[in-house]
Amino acid sequence: MIFSLEVMLQLTIAIPLLAILGIIFARKNPNIREGITITASIVLLYIVINLYQSLLSGKTVNVFWWEIMPNLSISFSIEPLGMIFALIASFLWLITTIYAIGYMRSHQEENQTRFYSFFALAICAVMGIAFSDNLFTLFVFYEVLTLSTYPLVTHAGTDKAKQGGRVYLGILLSTSIAFFLLAIASTWFITGTLDFKQGGIFSANIDKTIAGALLVLFIFGIGKAAIMPFHRWLPAAMVAPTPVSALLHAVAVVKAGVFTILKVCVFIFGLDLLAILPTTQFLLYLAGASVLLASLVAMRQDNLKARLAYSTISQLGYITIGALLATSSGVIGSSMHIATHAFGKITLFFCAGAILVAAHKSNISEMRGLGRQMPFTMMAFFIASLCIIGLPPTAGTWSKWFLLMGTLEAEQWTLMMVLILSSLLNIAYLLPIPFLAFFPNISAKNNQGAENATTNIQIKEAPLASLIAIGIAALACLILFIYPNPLYELATAILDTERVTYGK
Amino acid sequence: MISHLPVLQVIVPLMAAPLCLLLRRAQLVWLFALLASSLAFLISILLLQQVMTSGVISYELGGWEAPWGIEYRIDKLNAFLLLIITAISTVVLIAAQTSIEKEIPKEKHTLFYILYLLSLTGMLGIVSTGDAFNVFVFLEISSLSAYALIALGNDRRALWASYQYLIMGTIGATFILIGIGLMYQMTGTLNMEDLSQRLPQVAQTRTVFTAFVFVIVGVCLKLALFPLHLWLPNAYAYAPSIVTVFFAATATKVAIYLLIRFTFTVFGLSFSFTTLPLQGLFLTLGLAGIFVASSAAIYQKNVKHIFAYSSIAQVGYIIVGISTSTVMGLTATLLHLFNHALMKSAIFLALGAVVYRLGTIQLSSFHGLGRQMPLTMAAVTIGGLSLIGVPLTVGFVSKWYLLIALIEKGWWLVAILILLGSLLAVVYVWRIVEAAYFKEPLAGSMPVKEAPMLFLIPIWTLIIANIYFGLDTRLSVQVAQSAAQGLFGVSP
Amino acid sequence: MIIGLFNDWVVVVLMMIGLYIVIAHGNLIKKLVGLSIFQTSVYIFYISMAKVEGGSAPILAESIKQFSNPLPHVLILTAIVVGIATTALGLALVVRIKEAYGSVEEEDIQHLDNQTQTESPKKVLEGDQA
Repeated sequence: MIFSLEVMLQLTIAIPLLAILGIIFARKNPNIREGITITASIVLLYIVINLYQSLLSGKTVNVFWWEIMPNLSISFSIEPLGMIFALIASFLWLITTIYAIGYMRSHQEENQTRFYSFFALAICAVMGIAFSDNLFTLFVFYEVLTLSTYPLVTHAGTDKAKQGGRVYLGILLSTSIAFFLLAIASTWFITGTLDFKQGGIFSANIDKTIAGALLVLFIFGIGKAAIMPFHRWLPAAMVAPTPVSALLHAVAVVKAGVFTILKVCVFIFGLDLLAILPTTQFLLYLAGASVLLASLVAMRQDNLKARLAYSTISQLGYITIGALLATSSGVIGSSMHIATHAFGKITLFFCAGAILVAAHKSNISEMRGLGRQMPFTMMAFFIASLCIIGLPPTAGTWSKWFLLMGTLEAEQWTLMMVLILSSLLNIAYLLPIPFLAFFPNISAKNNQGAENATTNIQIKEAPLASLIAIGIAALACLILFIYPNPLYELATAILDTERVTYGK
Repeated sequence: MISHLPVLQVIVPLMAAPLCLLLRRAQLVWLFALLASSLAFLISILLLQQVMTSGVISYELGGWEAPWGIEYRIDKLNAFLLLIITAISTVVLIAAQTSIEKEIPKEKHTLFYILYLLSLTGMLGIVSTGDAFNVFVFLEISSLSAYALIALGNDRRALWASYQYLIMGTIGATFILIGIGLMYQMTGTLNMEDLSQRLPQVAQTRTVFTAFVFVIVGVCLKLALFPLHLWLPNAYAYAPSIVTVFFAATATKVAIYLLIRFTFTVFGLSFSFTTLPLQGLFLTLGLAGIFVASSAAIYQKNVKHIFAYSSIAQVGYIIVGISTSTVMGLTATLLHLFNHALMKSAIFLALGAVVYRLGTIQLSSFHGLGRQMPLTMAAVTIGGLSLIGVPLTVGFVSKWYLLIALIEKGWWLVAILILLGSLLAVVYVWRIVEAAYFKEPLAGSMPVKEAPMLFLIPIWTLIIANIYFGLDTRLSVQVAQSAAQGLFGVSP
Repeated sequence: MIIGLFNDWVVVVLMMIGLYIVIAHGNLIKKLVGLSIFQTSVYIFYISMAKVEGGSAPILAESIKQFSNPLPHVLILTAIVVGIATTALGLALVVRIKEAYGSVEEEDIQHLDNQTQTESPKKVLEGDQA
């Protein structure tokens, strides 16, 4: 590789920005514009993979940009957790771009240049979050991500979209300013630093009440993790075009949230401290409640995207629980779940978009018998559902396994029950969709659906570009089951395992 | 020459004002005023440099020795303020000629520049002087020209706003005069430095208490501290755009300077904050101001009104910073003086550009403007983000310092309230962003072009400053910090 | 005590009268009159505080040992000038207000302003070229 690692690290942030320039420059010609987007995403992926290999070979990369205030600097470094996030995001940016080209064109969306520009900006923010070396840098890019995704959410420009955009921005900005910033400022005030450090930055003799309060502020402040009661923005943001929902609300935004939570738990508090804080238990139960309630709400949604949105809220709860359990398995499970859920959920969203484009259907009740018309999409949907539920032969199995192990290690029986129960609920709200699509006659009382199904038998799938994207994403769910090692290795590398004392 | 800088700072615009009359042609007058203001800016830079390296500059006006003659006393605080005022004034003047061509009748253009320079003189005088009575004189110079400038607005409501401001402003100034008189009665001196040494001996008398209250109320009227803010929104909204920019960025800052000078230097920290319940009062009023004014801003239809109310809210933040009475809090206050001047001037100047093109400033006329005036609206958006306190803008820096100051003080609740207050800013800023970018233009409205270059250059200079000082805080923080430390150093 | 401070009483009474007129009267001219009275009270306050018991005019002469303080007089000369300027400007504004609104009563002006605000948006746009 011709560049030094430091340069490459900065390139991960610079490339999306350069792509924006190119996109704006080529706004008159859609082919070139989208060519630029794809090229940029391929280059980005290539660079991230290069960085990944250097990480495997044990090199450390640090980049320091500038110091804004004393001890508050913008700087970057590479560590395994961030690597997982960056890998997923850059890989899925590529896939989503491919998908978006098919979707946006066949949907004849307006303002596509704006769409691709802000999309690239969002990826830039995600890279910044993933590689940030301290909480301040992370916060800066966290806010950039919020602002850059707002135009994507309101893309349609309708009143409903604006309403959704308001809720989206309102909740994310208010939680981040009112709680997150306060928590960061307090942390800075107490410890004098915001650097991520293995084992946390708080000294051992910190007042447990204050640290506990800070933890609450952090968990509520990171609104992107969508812990109830600050979850409303996620369903609201579903007014966005499907590629946006897919990348941003299955991958970038929500994962930035839980990623931040993991970072804070592991590198700011440290697992040892986390385990003995008075508020951890309360937050665990809150996350548990969030998991269950969101699953229950999801069952009642007829709009496919809304159902997926609530499913996301529930799955995010898993990750938060894993982080708060303060055990090594929990953290491993959480970080793996970031990846596996990303693949599963993005496939599901892609499918939802494909159904909307090809069959113009967005409600689940209308999808009966759709499997004959869109067999490929529905197969992918099925695989992805398994991945979310956590059944073999999909990647979700591993992450859920480790999460369960985590609850066992921490002896949190209630939470174990919550996780199992929620997985059952997942089955109940996800699997019927592909089943009814393929076997419309399975419940005999609705004959009308069966007739519909038999009259529409010719295959009419989504555009090819979208299909390719769906295929890759679904395949990834399967491959990560057979070959989870790289992911597992990264996840275990997050914690210096010997240092972790289990449980209390 | 160098040793005369403190007085030149005031003399240059003062002398330039009548000279404008001789030039007659508006274009020439404009260039001349710009030159005078740039000169003042240059002087202020030199002064700041001098103060930062060699400490307080004391200048005896006319060679009369200090406690008897008038002393100009430039310490870090003054120098910082002088820099802010002259910098903003110069940048704003660049756009002045273009803007007033649309808003002020041609025969009054020369008059406008004269008044502008006089007002500038007044503000610079208030800040430079170390004499309490001199403060009053300069205060009236700047105020009288301010009333006239506001009355130049071509809406008849400008007259009414100006009249109201005149009444309130005169009451405020007279209050200050009474306070100064009472102080003189007790100490026999008008020199601030002298006052600060003599006042503690008589601090426990009722006269000094009364003097303090008169001065504080008078100054608070001037700086539009809630609930004494009623004159401000209309004065800002109906004044010519350039006047609004200039006053929004500087006038309240000067009043805040006076407040700091009187509470910290003249009366002294221990008197202001321990003998009298100023802390609780400022804290309550500051917070109330933030919430009341921000909420009021949300419901305005006139965009200038929105940001005028926002200015009142920002004064609230500044006052909360003062109320902590710690070095950190005061640093936050001084930083916010600087930062708020940057963001408000950028925003109001961009609004001026909108008025230039549209002739109106109602929110409904902003619909679809994001496409028609992309650079101007981007400036409003960035300025608004700065106002909210988004990282990488100046707004974040001062908010961060304020937050740290409050945490240091242990005022958690206040810290949360401050943050909640900035959420209100999100709402009113977002109303404008939404109108500009996500609404279709009103039916029948004319398409407009981007603002002229003479607007865009100063606007973007300010916007870049907004971002630059949000990234590189060394200069602003260093000056603010040492100014704050200086204030705590001199007070007993 | 009370008699000894009688000059202060005059000041306070004038001050209150002035402020009261400013606040209570709706007529813009009367407000300015009130403002002038208010300012005048301050002039008197300054001048009366300059008086030194038994002191005479501050003229340097052999026989005079005790002077009144001349400084407040000087100060207040400046303040008087400022006051005149304020009054003049205020009156000028009132003239323009009378031209623009056709009235010098606060109530009428506010009434007219409210009307502009509630009229159809088109009209407001035109009337609002601020």
